[in-house]
Amino acid sequence: MLTALLRRLAQTLFVLFGISVLVFLVFFATPGADPTARIAGKNASPETMEKVRHEYGFDRPLPVQYATMMKKLFITRDLTSYVDRGEPVVPEIVMAAPVTLSLAAGGAAIWVIASVTMGTVAAAFRGTLIDRGLMILGLIGISLPVFWLGQVANLVTQARYHDTWMFSWVPGLGYIPFSESPTGWFRALIIPWIVLAVLFTGIYGRVLRADLVAASGEDFMRTARAKGLSPARVLLVHGLRTSMITFVSLFGLDFAQLIGGGALLTEVVFGLQGVGRLTYQALSNLDLPLIMASVMYSAVFVVLANAVVDVIYVFLDPRVRDA
Amino acid sequence: MNTTLLHAEGLRKEYKLPRGQTLRALDNISLEIMPGEVLGLVGESGCGKSTLGRCLLRLTELSSGTITFDGCDISSLNERAMRPLRRQMQMVFQDSYASLNPRRRIGDLIAEPLRVHPDNNGKKRSSSTIEARLAELTELVGLSTSALSRYPHEFSGGQRQRINIARALALSPQLIVADEPVSALDVSIQAQIINLFTDLKERLGLTYIFIAHDLAVVRQISTRVAVMYLGAIVEQGETDAILHTPAHPYTAALIAAVPEPVIRKNASRTLLRGDVPSPVSPPSGCRFHTRCPKAQADCAIVVPDLRPLPDGRVVACHFPLVNDP
Amino acid sequence: MPDDLPLLEVRDLSVSFRSRGRDVPIVENVSFSVDRQEILGIVGESGSGKSVTAMAIMGLIDAPGVKITGSALFRGQELVGLSQRSFRHLRGREISMIFQDPMTAFTPVYTIGWQIDEQIRVHEAISRTGARARTVQLLGDMGVPDPERTANRYPHQLSGGLRQRAMIAMALSCNPSLLIADEPTTALDVTVQAQILDLLRNLRHNYGSSVLLITHDMGVVAETCDRVMVLYSGRVAERGPAEAVFRQPGHPYTGALLDSIPPLTGPRPERLPSIAGAPPPPLERPSGCAFAPRCHYVHESCMILPSLIAYGTQDVACVLPAEGHPLPPRAAGAA
Repeated sequence: MLTALLRRLAQTLFVLFGISVLVFLVFFATPGADPTARIAGKNASPETMEKVRHEYGFDRPLPVQYATMMKKLFITRDLTSYVDRGEPVVPEIVMAAPVTLSLAAGGAAIWVIASVTMGTVAAAFRGTLIDRGLMILGLIGISLPVFWLGQVANLVTQARYHDTWMFSWVPGLGYIPFSESPTGWFRALIIPWIVLAVLFTGIYGRVLRADLVAASGEDFMRTARAKGLSPARVLLVHGLRTSMITFVSLFGLDFAQLIGGGALLTEVVFGLQGVGRLTYQALSNLDLPLIMASVMYSAVFVVLANAVVDVIYVFLDPRVRDA
Repeated sequence: MNTTLLHAEGLRKEYKLPRGQTLRALDNISLEIMPGEVLGLVGESGCGKSTLGRCLLRLTELSSGTITFDGCDISSLNERAMRPLRRQMQMVFQDSYASLNPRRRIGDLIAEPLRVHPDNNGKKRSSSTIEARLAELTELVGLSTSALSRYPHEFSGGQRQRINIARALALSPQLIVADEPVSALDVSIQAQIINLFTDLKERLGLTYIFIAHDLAVVRQISTRVAVMYLGAIVEQGETDAILHTPAHPYTAALIAAVPEPVIRKNASRTLLRGDVPSPVSPPSGCRFHTRCPKAQADCAIVVPDLRPLPDGRVVACHFPLVNDP
Repeated sequence: MPDDLPLLEVRDLSVSFRSRGRDVPIVENVSFSVDRQEILGIVGESGSGKSVTAMAIMGLIDAPGVKITGSALFRGQELVGLSQRSFRHLRGREISMIFQDPMTAFTPVYTIGWQIDEQIRVHEAISRTGARARTVQLLGDMGVPDPERTANRYPHQLSGGLRQRAMIAMALSCNPSLLIADEPTTALDVTVQAQILDLLRNLRHNYGSSVLLITHDMGVVAETCDRVMVLYSGRVAERGPAEAVFRQPGHPYTGALLDSIPPLTGPRPERLPSIAGAPPPPLERPSGCAFAPRCHYVHESCMILPSLIAYGTQDVACVLPAEGHPLPPRAAGAA
């Protein structure tokens, strides 16, 4: 067990190393594009250019450049956009991370609960109107674009009905840190959470229903019924528990990419300064240090989430333990 | 008749497993098949009989050992050099449906080997030659020619097995390895297919290696039988001798365990204890000693060699049930 | 209830599925009974309706469009049309079932012991430790080595034979009066099959249970069953005491089926007597005797559906005995 965990950790580190090398090469060692000019910014003076070149080691071999970049990113944490004028990138990410984390975690909690309920109820009432209704609802959820749904939600809660008793509690767009006011944090995020969760509830609900329906044809479900268990117990304890295996792997991937900046549209619509928005800004300005930092940040989460999913797998499926 | 068609010597097949374990699927297997013979390979699941069948045709790579087919050492031939020989040796599998591409017509499936392989003069076969051969083949296996334009799912298991046999026969092979070809069939259909194998052998002078777990089926079709246990042959010889007076306690137990469609009053028989051990960690000495009713202390230590008995069979047991004279 | 009534009495059980606007009859007018501590074998080839019959008795068929008619009295209680709620109290407690593939019949994510405990605790008010104690006891009785440890293992960690023993232990955990075993040894090796059949044979003495054994293997019937019912294409071809049926089959299908099994002893026939053709699919079932198209003895009166008539101790759905031309006895019928 311990060796398996250690091996997994080594794998994770290796993947992160690979990603960092790849990103570094793409942005900093592309032939014909001088990273010095990019980092120094437009109309930089020759002195600035020289300073950047020296500081980042662009006059030295590639491995040294890579090492310097990693040192500035992880050890001294003084990697800065546009040298003199810009902000240090690490604090920027540290600022944005809690916003995205709050958004993704809350949304995930909602969509997990909602989709498990939806998928299970639909599977339990398979073939009936309830099933069909829920699945159509799921399909609608999948089809609604997040930015549109977000705008409609804003229109309703921020403008049209904001002054009525229904939505007067909704604060203005933006993020309220949890440490400042837990209730404010909750109120500011509840609408974005729901909007973010709608799409995923649709997908996960449908996937889970399909899995449960497939499971109902399995021999072990027949055994469970033959044992005299109640339909609810057969469905939940035997069916749902087994079907959660696909659910969890899907969840790990989606959650990781959301934390890594995948919730960009939701962040934009609700004026949340999260990682998605930060990455978007970095890309549109070709802010190389910030791109490097944010890509590394999301890579860490994706890889970590995968590692966590693997561990959960071991708990969910005893067959994996022995493999 | 005295030249062997296939001769295998010291075949071994090992699979590397994670955590540094090895699964010894075949351990020092040697056998000989004369033309026109039917060698039955029997044993329980995991005994290596299917692996052996595949290795003999070089469909699975051996770890070591030599195979001579029709006087030619094929164990070290590369895939290219094997190709002309593939015509001579064909295989029929248990799962008649999985062996047939569901999206192709029966005619195309049977004709495929004819289109892929050149004829004896090294030329491509003309479509009229192929048509004629298809008609011949369907007649041989008892299908109507209207079957050729239909798809696999339109046939029952027995019919599909006929199609698989027709395909295996397309290039007029000398040797057919049939891996549990009747196990998935209903009893009434099983008898039809066993008879078909018998008829084809007479008509075409075929040689079979017939792999099955059902001793009664093997007895019906085989001239010789090799009994396998955990990757090794424990007894090999004439079918009637082995089934009538088994020398190895495992063979005897296997025969005793077969449920016969006969009411026996006060039926009491010695049952083998336990399951087949894992081939990853086979027992020391004689592999069968953990379940053997005749096992003695030595059996756990000394590996028994295959020794010949006077009636020509070989048996790997320290205390065979048929005594030396 | 009086003891002379059979434990299970099935009368004219029919099961049909609705497919493309038509009712497809799977099982037609099947009648049989199972006595206390008796082993009844239901034999038939694939598609004969043997498993569907068992599933109908267990109330496990609930696909839409399925019609089950007739009667199945279990200890005087009608099972056809019984509510799922009432079935739940019977299943696992009064009637339990084991299946062909013990690998897939256990839920892969729970230990064997947990799954047996679950069945006990669903039907009886018993503590966790009490249930586990019984589980371990049962596993031990079923010949599972080291039952305490085995109880804590997952299905995939056990061999096929052990899994089937655990399955039987689970089925017996609430002391059912009827055990339905659907091809319980088909997926097992022959030496392990012999062990499991031995176990099933002894259940009536050790647990007082009756067994309804469903199989395609006449050999398994001969070794295990007191009485046998042969199904062909969803209809009863023959039923009677196993000994009588094996000595002198009354129905040509039974006879042909027995003949087409290659013998393990005695002379080897050049060719096996085989039955030409294949059983008809349910929608193409002849209105007369379903076996007629494959039967050696087919003649005019076979065009009318034969009813079961008494023939010695057997009941046979064939006109031959009544016409005075019964099948010859089998040479190898009894030994």
